[in-house]
Amino acid sequence: MMGHMDATLTNGAPASLDRLDDRTLSCGGAWTLPCLDGIERRLASLHRPEATAFVCDATRITAMDVSGAWLLRRTLNGLETEGRRVELRGLRPEFAQLLQIVSATAVRPAPAEGGGTDSWLERIGLRAWREAADGLKALAFLGESSAALGQLLVRPPRIRWRALVRSMELDGFNALPIVGLLSFLMGVVIAYQGAEQLRTFGGNIFIVDLVGISLLREIAPLVTAILVAGRSGSAYAAQLGTMKVTEELDAIRTLGLSPMELLVLPKILALVLALPLLTVYADAVGVFGGMLVASSQLHVTFTEFLTRFEDAVALRHFLIGVGKAPVFAVIIALVGCYQGFQIRGGVDDVGRRTTISVVQAIFMVIVVDAFFSVALSWMDL
Amino acid sequence: MSGSDAVIEVDHLSTRFGRAVVHEDVSVTVNRGEVFGIAGGNGCGKSTLLREILLLQQPTSGRIRVFGQEVGAMTQADVRVLRRRCGVLFQYGALFSSLTVLENVEAPLREHTELGDDVIRELAVLKIALTGFPLAGIEKLPNELSGGMRRRAALARAIALDPELLFLDEPTAGLDPVSAGGFDELVEQLQRLLGLTIVIVTHDLDSLWRVVDRVAIMGDGRILGTGTMEELSRADDPAIRLYFHGPRGRAAKEQAEEQVWNQK
Repeated sequence: MMGHMDATLTNGAPASLDRLDDRTLSCGGAWTLPCLDGIERRLASLHRPEATAFVCDATRITAMDVSGAWLLRRTLNGLETEGRRVELRGLRPEFAQLLQIVSATAVRPAPAEGGGTDSWLERIGLRAWREAADGLKALAFLGESSAALGQLLVRPPRIRWRALVRSMELDGFNALPIVGLLSFLMGVVIAYQGAEQLRTFGGNIFIVDLVGISLLREIAPLVTAILVAGRSGSAYAAQLGTMKVTEELDAIRTLGLSPMELLVLPKILALVLALPLLTVYADAVGVFGGMLVASSQLHVTFTEFLTRFEDAVALRHFLIGVGKAPVFAVIIALVGCYQGFQIRGGVDDVGRRTTISVVQAIFMVIVVDAFFSVALSWMDL
Repeated sequence: MSGSDAVIEVDHLSTRFGRAVVHEDVSVTVNRGEVFGIAGGNGCGKSTLLREILLLQQPTSGRIRVFGQEVGAMTQADVRVLRRRCGVLFQYGALFSSLTVLENVEAPLREHTELGDDVIRELAVLKIALTGFPLAGIEKLPNELSGGMRRRAALARAIALDPELLFLDEPTAGLDPVSAGGFDELVEQLQRLLGLTIVIVTHDLDSLWRVVDRVAIMGDGRILGTGTMEELSRADDPAIRLYFHGPRGRAAKEQAEEQVWNQK
């Protein structure tokens, strides 16, 4: 794209190769990388001399670099493999030296990429094997972290309070604004959607049941978990992954410490404590949002709303919602940390694994939530 | 000073970050075809100077001219042309980690030339071969390479566009003595063969004695002295003397002298 402009930076005309007569070729111009653009095409369309032995006159070459020397060598080699003998004449000594270096540097064609001939069956098998191995590794990680957690519960003094509190601040306290805003909006949205229907039936007061039960039981825990998975799960994966790339995890091990105990468990514990609290907060803010809409759209005053709330929304709805939060917390923290530990080598792997950690955590949170719904309805709760 | 032979002229350069002074009145001239060393202790502003010459960072005051053009007054197009004429080997290689060695070397060729795929590939292989990187490994990713091999691969990328001016930021740091020696030899060879102008930032005394024509010793953000190693090792400045006449400095010098002796 910049070829034309770049040609101005070198001294002289672009590289050229022309046929003078039946026995002579003439090279000229600057055989340097910026001036080589287009020479390929001219080489391909070159009308080759008929004679089997001819002279290549290089007196007019004004500049040459490694790339130019190599291209000249390549061209001459090409002519020679066609069964001709070429004699190079008039090349300046410094350019001749370059040509020699290039000829001496063994350039074997690059080896073909190995394993390119896999059959589709082999690829499927390989993929399946990899997935299975991944599943096993995840299971091993779950076991390892459970064992570490068990040890920690037996010996509570080993809990890293500082890391735990720090993690609660970063992943819980700092998430308050965004969790509050979103659950407030969820409350508003649910109330608005319900208001339309309830008004037609004259059942304005049932807005309380609608907002209360759906928020407390389902929406608030789920929205909070999804937000935290996006905020903190990804951060866990990126942090641990970067620590792995920079060998910090190995440093921790060689100091006789356990990354599991030092990094993973505080995060799990912090999230298990913080997520229920965040959920309660989301409950309150969400219901408040519903309350505002109820009073403005359905003329249900705050007092009426709250009185009805006590009767209509059983305590179990709240408890079920908050009770799901620790489970979600464990899922988010484990998936994030697991993906972080799985990062190998490169920087782009950090990005890939971080994305996977968020998608997997949200996916698993929703699946587990569905299990909860089915199981709880069996139990008539 | 500013003859036509000067490739880089740094003129009364000062750099400050807030209150911290990195450079104070630094002036350096690098001539065409020489290997110029910038040496000095950790944190003396060597790398910052290099970054300023490479337009990665702006000095607070002073002028830098590269190929006779003032870098502060360059247009985008000028900068692009300049970048094409310079090759840089970063301290940790800075190879693109998602690309193979071959793709790393091909990348600048693809960006800056309109050559065909075959030609670019073969040119890249040639550059890799010139650095002594084993060709069997060109399909490897950077994180599968040892430190020395990564350095060679990065050098291949730095010379991909046949630069006239090559910057090496601590090329031998972290290499074992054999690899470091091999790398010095490689730099020497490339300079001799290709007639490059090379700027090496290093505090490897062996490298300084071995490959560098002239060297600027930096300390406390100033140039303590500029000259050949021979000249500087006889200087009276206590800071320079400290640099050269510590046990490591003496050993490196003796070794260099021995080598010259053996060559004769």
